Amino acid sequence: MVLHAFTVPVLNVLNLLASCLLLISFAMLSERRTPRLITLFAGQGTILFISTCLIAHSSGLHELYYSAALTLLLKVIGLPLILRRLIYRLDAQWDSEPLVNVPLTMLAGLALVIFAFGLAQPISMMATTITRNMLGIALAVILLSFLMMITRRKAVTQVIGFLAMENGLFFAATSATYGMPMVIELGIALDVLVGVFILGLFFFQIREQFESLDLRNMENLKEE
Amino acid sequence: MELLAVLCLPLLGFLLLALFGAKRAAPELNIAVSFATLIAAALLVLRVERYGTILVFHDQFFVDAFNVFLVGLTAFVGLTTAIFSRPYMRIEELHGRLTPRRLQLYHAMYQLFMAAMFLALLTNNMGLLWVAMEAATLSTVLLVSLYRTRASLEAAWKYFILCGVGIAQALFGTILLYFAAEKTLGHEGMTALLWTHLNAVKGQLEPRVLGLAFVFLLVGYGTKVGLAPLHNWLPDAHAEGPTPVSAVLSGLLLNVALYAVIRCKVLVEGSIGVTLPSRMLMGFGLLSAVLASFFLWRQRDIKRLFGYSSIEHMGIITFAFGLGGPIANFAALLHMTVHSLTKSSIFFTAGHASQVSGTQQMDGIRGLLGTSPTIGWGLMLGSLAILGTPPFGVFSSEFLILTTAMREHPWTTPLLLIALTVAFAAIFSRVQPMVFGDKEAQPLPQSPALVPVFVHLAIVLMLGVYMPPALAEWYRAAARLIG
Repeated sequence: MVLHAFTVPVLNVLNLLASCLLLISFAMLSERRTPRLITLFAGQGTILFISTCLIAHSSGLHELYYSAALTLLLKVIGLPLILRRLIYRLDAQWDSEPLVNVPLTMLAGLALVIFAFGLAQPISMMATTITRNMLGIALAVILLSFLMMITRRKAVTQVIGFLAMENGLFFAATSATYGMPMVIELGIALDVLVGVFILGLFFFQIREQFESLDLRNMENLKEE
Repeated sequence: MELLAVLCLPLLGFLLLALFGAKRAAPELNIAVSFATLIAAALLVLRVERYGTILVFHDQFFVDAFNVFLVGLTAFVGLTTAIFSRPYMRIEELHGRLTPRRLQLYHAMYQLFMAAMFLALLTNNMGLLWVAMEAATLSTVLLVSLYRTRASLEAAWKYFILCGVGIAQALFGTILLYFAAEKTLGHEGMTALLWTHLNAVKGQLEPRVLGLAFVFLLVGYGTKVGLAPLHNWLPDAHAEGPTPVSAVLSGLLLNVALYAVIRCKVLVEGSIGVTLPSRMLMGFGLLSAVLASFFLWRQRDIKRLFGYSSIEHMGIITFAFGLGGPIANFAALLHMTVHSLTKSSIFFTAGHASQVSGTQQMDGIRGLLGTSPTIGWGLMLGSLAILGTPPFGVFSSEFLILTTAMREHPWTTPLLLIALTVAFAAIFSRVQPMVFGDKEAQPLPQSPALVPVFVHLAIVLMLGVYMPPALAEWYRAAARLIG
């Protein structure tokens, strides 16, 4: 197939968007209030939406507009709305989470970014569809979300970390390959949506059983 | 046609049971649907045996010797587990651990889970394979948390988060695979993720990308196989979920996840050569087998014990696939079959043993032979079979794996032998007092369905003593496909 060479301004904008995505991931790492985390998550979704539209426009692949629309519906509107309603109904919107050692987490995050760029380097070199950094950034976003899931002890925040990881994957798919085939993207979106519903149910059951959404209560299952 | 039936019957069952699952006859409906699925799967097996590989729906689905035997196995264990679960879940309901609404959820999710596994097995599309694996995870999360106790919620949460993260890695691997494939196969027409198409051009795929993709795919799907060090979810999910779910998790889901790994391995080997993938499989496999066998000593819960035993056996199978070659692959496929049958029958008996004794703690389970001889014998024979005592089929496959390992990589033999002996000592010393010894226990309010246990064990015994030539030929064909 013909590979589309992007014009320089488009590339610059894409680079800018990618770095914003990375920046938001770092912001999420240090944000202790859940509602703001959800806003940041919606921000990531918005960036994905804009970058997908841009790639769709400049590459002329119109099916990418569908996946952009899907992103807008699911990640900018749908999931943040569901999450907000959830924390409102759980009465958890004012909770703030004690974070362990923010500077250390940030340093670990930096190390992860360098690692991600190193790992993606050989692949980025041969990529003709994208700017060099985008796959590295996508991998960095995935790893940072992973770090966020490890360092947080609240159920809601872990789920937001999980969803942010999915954002990184989506960004990898659009930037590296112009998006996966539509059927797959629909399937993935459906899985994510169902997953969030299930987790929503879980929150209520967990709170009913443990009287809190703090995962530190959930450390009973281990070896004797 | 048969293929469509295999895919759609469980889905239909899901819809029916989601509507009528709270009715009195729901378990029977569950059995009926599973039975119909088994018939469809058997027809599919016959068709593949007669006409060879099937590719349908614009190549989106395909059946070859490798996945058709897993389809047959999945449908079979799906049916026997449904038969077992009818009295088992009724007893749980009588004991007050479940309500009719929970049973409705259970039956619906059971069929959805089966549908997801068949989709994962039959699809030719690596992306759809991922979607199906994720769907299987989601449906089992609800099954693991069915009792809504603290422990089961914790187990389900751990399962969801760990497998969710794992499977996200697999998605990244799939994206990388697509990235490499797109250069050769093109973006249009959705062929770039089709396994058969990829397999045809695997020599031209960019090795560096595929190497990285394989690491992510192995870690991702490997989490679901329960390979150490990503195995933490497995014992919890097995111990806290209802017993039929433990049986299908161990007997079927782990196999399907391993199937995904092996499909990826075949592609990657064509591009980067056999060394890296087989080394990685062997490493992860050995680590899981050895680690799990030592963890077996520390278990007090009967279902946790056999959960760890599943990790050990999946480790051995992964190791065998890593060895490669016709004999090791043959042994690995055989071991997948016998492990699946034996382990599910063990969970059936372990579930009833806990019901008889009122606890899952092994210290509280005593004298099963005195109270209910069939459960006692079932557990004893099942344990002997899984520990690799001749003449059961597990012995033959483990023997083949060991001899191949001795020839190809002699240094691995002591490690494997240590894992096997430690596991033998750990499990046998636990099972023996549970089966013998004496203790008063209350009889079950409903007689258990233990026919599946003995049918499974009889098949395992048969595979150890006499392998039908048709089946052997079939395993050989599948082993050739894997290379």
